[in-house]
Amino acid sequence: MYHLFRTIRLAVKSLLLHKLRSGLTMLGIVFGVFSVIAMLAIGEGASKQAQEQVLLLGANNIIVVSKKPPEDSGSSGSGGSVLRYGLTHEDFLILDRTVPRLEGIVPVREVVLNVRNRDHEMNSRIVGCTTEYQEMNHLELSMGRFLSEQDLVNLTNVVVIASETAESLFPLENPLNKSVQIGNRAYRVIGVTKERTASAAIGGSLSGQDYNKDIYMPLDTFQSRINTKNIIVKRGQGAFSAVSVVYDQITLKIDHPKIVDEPEIIIATAEMVRETMDAKHAVARDVDVIVPLELLKQAEQLRNIFNVVLGSIAGISLLVGGIGIMNIMLATVTERTREIGVRRALGARRIDITQQFLIETIVLSGIGGLVGMGLGLTTPAAFEAIKYVVTNYILESGGATSEMTNMFLTMTPQIAIWSLPVAFGFSVLTGLVFGVYPARSAARLDPIEALRHE
Amino acid sequence: MELTAKLVNLQKHYDLGTVVVKALRGVSLDIPSGDFLAIMGSSGSGKSTMLNLLGGLDRPTSGEYYLRGQNVALLSDDELSAIRNGLIGFIFQSFNLVAQYSVLENIAVPLLYRPGYPPVSSEDEDRCNEMAKMVGLGDRTDHRPYQLSGGQQQRVAIARALINDPAIIMADEPTGNLDSKTGEEILGMLTMLNQEGRTIIMVTHEDEVAEKAKNQIFMRDGLIAGTGIFKG
Repeated sequence: MYHLFRTIRLAVKSLLLHKLRSGLTMLGIVFGVFSVIAMLAIGEGASKQAQEQVLLLGANNIIVVSKKPPEDSGSSGSGGSVLRYGLTHEDFLILDRTVPRLEGIVPVREVVLNVRNRDHEMNSRIVGCTTEYQEMNHLELSMGRFLSEQDLVNLTNVVVIASETAESLFPLENPLNKSVQIGNRAYRVIGVTKERTASAAIGGSLSGQDYNKDIYMPLDTFQSRINTKNIIVKRGQGAFSAVSVVYDQITLKIDHPKIVDEPEIIIATAEMVRETMDAKHAVARDVDVIVPLELLKQAEQLRNIFNVVLGSIAGISLLVGGIGIMNIMLATVTERTREIGVRRALGARRIDITQQFLIETIVLSGIGGLVGMGLGLTTPAAFEAIKYVVTNYILESGGATSEMTNMFLTMTPQIAIWSLPVAFGFSVLTGLVFGVYPARSAARLDPIEALRHE
Repeated sequence: MELTAKLVNLQKHYDLGTVVVKALRGVSLDIPSGDFLAIMGSSGSGKSTMLNLLGGLDRPTSGEYYLRGQNVALLSDDELSAIRNGLIGFIFQSFNLVAQYSVLENIAVPLLYRPGYPPVSSEDEDRCNEMAKMVGLGDRTDHRPYQLSGGQQQRVAIARALINDPAIIMADEPTGNLDSKTGEEILGMLTMLNQEGRTIIMVTHEDEVAEKAKNQIFMRDGLIAGTGIFKG
């Protein structure tokens, strides 16, 4: 132990003899370790983001959504210029009756409309929903209450508004019991929700949702006052368009406490729901079934792929660093041939010489690994800096952003704790592997030849 | 008379692929304990090969070499290392100090390779300081080799050779790189070490240096051509 400590101390001394050279050699390992940690942190951050999004959708849920049929399907239905598609009340009834272990079923109809409170106005997503919507979407209230069964039965003209909606429409007053105007009707505000993280778009089938500009209304109130005769007419760019959709989304919550251990039940139920929906909507292709649990699995697979791909790319830089070390150590052995001869003459055995050079390499790569670890810890901060540059200098303000950009902007790298010792271990291992050859060639030198070396 | 080294028909051949160079062609010699022997000869005479064999840096091709009764030809590489470490002290023409070490650390190098790797104790360190003082460098223990003159470097080398208290000192042209005055000082130290009872074997091609030894042998073409000093 003492001997090892002494050898390490002498190794450091030898390395300090050529500070610049040792430093430059170390850089290869420093950046290798840094990139391993950074790459894994970015992969971890991306997958965590995806997982969180999926979990917000609810692992116990199966979501059935209406989607605008593709243009070529030609099933705009009867009704002239009215585009008719999506989930119907009949679908709702079938699902409600046939899906086993159903804990809750929430139909939703939503539309973006202009909302105003005297001279304050904004475009807001009006969501017609039932009381269970709150729990399923993890909405919390900052004041007032959410929609009640009574509201649904009585078709009361009440709304719950989201935090940003409240700020825009009631910048200086308490919105509770005030009214907002939607279309030509007024609705009383009975609650305000807290801020909630937006959900990103997932797999292209479920668009991202910014819950903070919403207005929630009893479903039946919505259907009778806004979605009258299931037709909503909107003035688009220069032309009127009319769509007829009964429900935009039906969320099914399956009662299954051991979701983690037995995900098969949700998957099987989802399969059943898919078949049921296909029976009616296969031709029109206007309904999608989304299973957050499946997405979660996909997200996990994605993470594994990310880790392997990014880790390998980073591993290559570590490999390059190792080759750099070997190169320098071979040069060092040649340069110090005479020293090796002297040590041999003074009684050093072959193993002592091997050990000396091997420890020098390991110390070099180990210190490089430590510095790389330190740099790796700054990944989140460095990423924030990059984000800052991107948002301020590269993205045009107000320009449309793609899903990819959004994902990038909302992501935070998560340093995987395990990646620190792993990356450090790999740096030491690199030193060991690439140090063996130079160390052995040093030990194999003939002492007489070595002493004669100029 | 006790013998430190006994050579019997010692041969050393170097196989260079196309030719075999016979550096030693049958040398027999007795070196008694306490001797101060100068090995002389021109370059290529085999004197360096002889010193390498005597110092346990190499093994003979044939013949026998008994170092304190032990046949060196039969020893393993590690055993030879142990002999070089404990029994023999080396002094080289070009000093051969470790550049990155201080005077004190250079003196301590043989301590690093003692069999079983006993830790360098504070007594050992005291001894290193004592050695530095003895060779007149007590006030320069922190200096690095490049901060020392040639003579000072050779003194460090002598201290290093002595740190494990060896019975034999092998010196390869110890004054070759020094001016004559410094060379005399170094020779004086070797003489003193010889008077302490150590066996000194020194290679040189200078008569004035060889004169300081008790005995001289003269080598030519891989054989001992004579003893004593040949003038001219």
